[in-house]
Amino acid sequence: MSAETHDSAKAYRDYLKGFIFSVILTVIPFYCVMSGAVTDVPTLIAIIFGLGAIQMLVHVVYFLHLTVSAEDGWQAMSVVFTVMLVVIIMAGSIWVMAHLHENMMPAHDQIERIKNLP
Amino acid sequence: MSSATVDTPEGGFEFIVHDDHHHDDGEHHHETGTMLGFWIYLMSDCLIFGILFAIYAVVGQNYAAGPAPVDLFELDKIAWATAWLLLSSITYGFSVIKMHENNKNMMMFWLLVTGIFGAAFLYLSVEEFMHLWHIGAGPGASAFLSAFWFLVGTHGVHVACGALWLVVLLVQVQIHGLTHENKRRILCLSLFWHFLDLIWIGVFSFVYLTGVLL
Repeated sequence: MSAETHDSAKAYRDYLKGFIFSVILTVIPFYCVMSGAVTDVPTLIAIIFGLGAIQMLVHVVYFLHLTVSAEDGWQAMSVVFTVMLVVIIMAGSIWVMAHLHENMMPAHDQIERIKNLP
Repeated sequence: MSSATVDTPEGGFEFIVHDDHHHDDGEHHHETGTMLGFWIYLMSDCLIFGILFAIYAVVGQNYAAGPAPVDLFELDKIAWATAWLLLSSITYGFSVIKMHENNKNMMMFWLLVTGIFGAAFLYLSVEEFMHLWHIGAGPGASAFLSAFWFLVGTHGVHVACGALWLVVLLVQVQIHGLTHENKRRILCLSLFWHFLDLIWIGVFSFVYLTGVLL
């Protein structure tokens, strides 16, 4: 029984740690965008994406309890596989579609329509 | 083979096969089959969201002379929604801790708190979508809005399903107590709930915060 109480004390600490990290990592990007404290857009986007990625890792470690050894490693393996697929899908889509976009004819009709709006 | 030795609760049919194997081990061992299977379901869900994010990345700036994110998004409300979801994540964590301590009442209390925070998030989501619909920014208005409704709507539907599951679990635990099966269900919903919070990080970073800048 004492082992269990010890376990839950550690579990509380882990959840609280994850929560505090998450709050910090959420408040910073919201504050930067909403208060206008940072105005340089590329810097802002770097802050948002960097902290977002870190917060996702925090969630995976402290809330989803992903470890390399869990389920004989199959859990981590499936995560690596999924992340790989998602990266291929996202990077591939953006890359290919950006190229297509560049090679498209300009949409004259649309531009004319917008110009003639009342 | 094992069905003769285990008195099965109704609906517990599909789990019987594993039951013999784990019966002596007590509660400290995960039922590898179900938990890993549920994890793989989550990974497939992750692919769905990955594709929806990819769609949003590709067409998210095609406004078709309609409204842009900066005209539509109210960041203070998004901040509140984020807060509710994050709070619901940690209260679910407390619920799981209480479950491991076999404290049924406190476990149900924290689960209920989680449900209330989840409902607060859903309320804000529905309010936002109704507002967009009324001002004519429905999913048909532009490619950006189609992608937005599809991505954020899919996340919202997931949260709604999770909330429904949570209510069903509360009833189950109230009637049957913290049985082995219910504990496994609580752990599965825990993974689902934390996973949805993780997806929300992507949504508020990529769609809302980045959206109002561009």
